[in-house]
Amino acid sequence: MAPPACKGAAVAATEALRRLTQALQRLLHALLGGAVASGAAQAATLPQDKAEAMYHVYDGGGVKATGPALLVRKSIADRVSLSAQYYIDAVSNASIDVVTTASPFKEKRTAWDFSADTVVRDSTLALSLSRSTEPDYIAEAVGVDVSHEVFGGMTVVSLGTTRARDQVGKKGEPNFKDQASHWQYRAGVTQILTPRWLVSLNAEAVSNSGYLGSPYRAARVFGAAVPERNPRTRSSRAFKLRSLYDTGQFVAGSSVRAEFRRYWDNWDIKASTTEFGWAQHVGQGWLLDASLRFYTQGKALFYSDNAQAETTYVSRNRQLSSFKSTSLGARVSYTWPGLPQAYDVKLIGAYERKSFRFADFTDLRNGKPYAYDANVLQLTVQATY
Amino acid sequence: MRQLSLILGLAALAALQGCAAPQPWVKPYEREKLADPVMQWSRSSLADKHREHIHLVREGARGATGVQGGGCGCN
Repeated sequence: MAPPACKGAAVAATEALRRLTQALQRLLHALLGGAVASGAAQAATLPQDKAEAMYHVYDGGGVKATGPALLVRKSIADRVSLSAQYYIDAVSNASIDVVTTASPFKEKRTAWDFSADTVVRDSTLALSLSRSTEPDYIAEAVGVDVSHEVFGGMTVVSLGTTRARDQVGKKGEPNFKDQASHWQYRAGVTQILTPRWLVSLNAEAVSNSGYLGSPYRAARVFGAAVPERNPRTRSSRAFKLRSLYDTGQFVAGSSVRAEFRRYWDNWDIKASTTEFGWAQHVGQGWLLDASLRFYTQGKALFYSDNAQAETTYVSRNRQLSSFKSTSLGARVSYTWPGLPQAYDVKLIGAYERKSFRFADFTDLRNGKPYAYDANVLQLTVQATY
Repeated sequence: MRQLSLILGLAALAALQGCAAPQPWVKPYEREKLADPVMQWSRSSLADKHREHIHLVREGARGATGVQGGGCGCN
């Protein structure tokens, strides 16, 4: 039996909560009422039914990852759109970490993703589940995304969150078991500015806790290899601004795209990504894309190529070092002619050349700053129905 | 007093919403160009996800990519 004082406090708290809820409801109604009313003629639509099959190749820095990926999306009674995705990465790893501290190895990662989307008036709600398995790593995630059209369909506001949990193992050491948890919170706004111009702003906060490194990777302290020691928490913020402009008045059937992303976290990594893209219709059924991407990042506080002091945390993970990466890509898409109007089949080939230049990660084989180039190939067949 | 302030604040907000809200200036019939494939942020979700995965595995930054779902599930 709760004491009367506690009971009174509980009643007061419940009453306060009820009032707050009512006030929030009134506020939401006042704020959204006009916008929703003006957009009432519009309604969000379910994603289009489609099937995609892709073969992908990443080859660079001694790592080759290849495999198929499949995606099927189908709506049920125009109420719910279900999708299933299957993705395989067959990895042959002889990266610089591996060749300087261990033996090359092969492994396979298999990922399944399922999602269900539904539309309620101007809102789209999506629930997604995913599971990725490697011999020594299992990751499971559940995500919810909501997007809402307002302002006569000119603005789309989106919110989403993902909660993921990983089980980390180590080959050859059955006693090594650890876990990692991830929380992702994202928000975005896409805005039609003119009949030819779209912009979007996305922001995302990510928090991680648990084992956030690799049980195989070695750090260097006074020239000696030691197991890396990473903090067990990490928190990051990122925002991205995108602009897409129809340049049809200058060159028929073309558009240009510009993107900028800024990233920072409490490991003191700061990174910027700048990307430009150009798309162009070429003749009947052909569409060309070109893209240029620049990425630059500063190192984590505890990253060291060869630490000269004993510290709590130390890592020689080059993903946490200072480096620059540039990419140049091209994509060709061909729409199969002569199909009934409700059907559309596309053949898409994409190639990207990436180069990584590290400022403070030494290639132990020759003593020079490490650098490598990578080739990325994607061959896709896409059908909408 | 607090309730009165809240009610007055809400009333002011509602009134402002009524008179100051700008109207959508790009009408649905003016959005033909925006429906063209060259004006899509993404034309292949599998290819985008693969590209995002490559960046997530090889770079320190993550998030705010605009790709729904996200996550890596890898070491």
